Amino acid sequence: MTDSWRPAATLETLRARAELLASVRAFFRERGLLEVETPTLSAAAVVDPHVESLETAYQGPGGPLCGQLYLQTSPEFPMKRLLAAGAGSIWQIARVFRNGERGARHNPEFTMLEWYRCGWDHRDLMAEVAALVASVIGPRQSRYHTYASLFTPYGIDAHADAAAKLEDAACRIGLVPPAALSRAALLDLLWGHRIAPELGRQGIDFVYDFPVEQAALARVRQGDPPVAERFECYVDGMEIANGFHELVDADEQRRRFLADQATRRSCGQHVPPLDERLLAALRAGLPQCAGVALGLDRLFMVALGARHIDEVLAFPLERV
Amino acid sequence: MATYTTNQFKGGLKLMLDGDPYSIVENEFVKPGKGQAFNRVKLRNLKTGKVLDRTFKSGESVEAADVLDTELQYLYNDGEFWYFMDPETFDQVAANKAAMGDAGKWIKEQDICNVTLWNGEPLQVDAPAFVELKVTQTDPGVRGDTSSGGSKPATVETGAVVRVPLFIEEGEVLKIDTRSAEYVGRIK
Repeated sequence: MTDSWRPAATLETLRARAELLASVRAFFRERGLLEVETPTLSAAAVVDPHVESLETAYQGPGGPLCGQLYLQTSPEFPMKRLLAAGAGSIWQIARVFRNGERGARHNPEFTMLEWYRCGWDHRDLMAEVAALVASVIGPRQSRYHTYASLFTPYGIDAHADAAAKLEDAACRIGLVPPAALSRAALLDLLWGHRIAPELGRQGIDFVYDFPVEQAALARVRQGDPPVAERFECYVDGMEIANGFHELVDADEQRRRFLADQATRRSCGQHVPPLDERLLAALRAGLPQCAGVALGLDRLFMVALGARHIDEVLAFPLERV
Repeated sequence: MATYTTNQFKGGLKLMLDGDPYSIVENEFVKPGKGQAFNRVKLRNLKTGKVLDRTFKSGESVEAADVLDTELQYLYNDGEFWYFMDPETFDQVAANKAAMGDAGKWIKEQDICNVTLWNGEPLQVDAPAFVELKVTQTDPGVRGDTSSGGSKPATVETGAVVRVPLFIEEGEVLKIDTRSAEYVGRIK
């Protein structure tokens, strides 16, 4: 305990971090996007079954009757409300919170860079993510893969194979899957243990066209199979960013939120209220756009050669 | 039955898996941003010493192994078993070769060792980190001989062989780090 008042990162690293933050700000200033600030607190919260919000209590005038507020897991919902209000292309650096996430690449409070490009699709935005990443870590070649193509070497059809077949494939490559995993969880298992660690080893790897169950807030492109217009960016085996060609259909978004709430209910998880203000903004009209959230701490890890997120944070969880 | 959730996982935690006790060697939190969280764990089987990888769904509970670390005094060995005694209760236990690992190379009668017990049976014996042992055999060092990197082998009273500097002579007592099997210094 005696030394836990000291920062985890060296002062040299914190100075380098400040320089990197300045270069990120310069990138967006040059490109003419509007910097915005949205609240960390929210009366509603994300309902994605794999993203847990931290809760807090407000006592005083003006808050919700129950007093319950959530800390944002990303600034996505309020930023989309700004887009619907006509703000144009926007960006921000935000503090975000994820309950239960702690490890060499996770701290429950971290720094997210999020931006939206009006009139763009996910392909346009991937190219800009590559430019931003290269501006921070130095020039690297980009490669693009569909989600399904990365499973082909394992004899897996990521869009079609049932859980039993995925379980067999996992066992064949030496994994012991926990019992009764869903199809989606088995894909995550293979992804996290075998595929993701190999990505971004030579350059910047982008993965796009996700299975529709993993669409989240991305639009689905009909076809055979239909795919979610979502992408992720990997550097040095680490997921750095996640982006969408954004879903603008309010009814479809409500259906997905309700399905997520039902999943949470059936698993005995906390069910936060739907963000009706976001849904109202979608109904009013979200412009066609693409958006991305990028974990700045991880990008700084790559830039500074850190192996543990604590090396780039002043005070990680155990020192707060 | 005591259990641990994955949130309590850390190096050294003892778990039951498939009926055997295991100790966590490494615990890694793996989670796609929008996907299922897992704990990817490296575990050592405390009976066989074998290391395996296992993945748990984060939040899952696992049965705790009823494992106790205790300080016992080494008495003697009969070639098959090493016998230890609790200095307070005088209870005795016998550790087999698998449980002894390398510890048998370093201990002398009456040394106090950390013994890991599972259901009362010794699973693992750790020699003290540092031991002091007398040299029973070593060739005289040849001055100026640098072909061996300035060191030579010496046999100590327990029968173990360590690399020592050339000036060490028979009958001297050495301080040895049992974790690396390295010579640390001379006891004068």
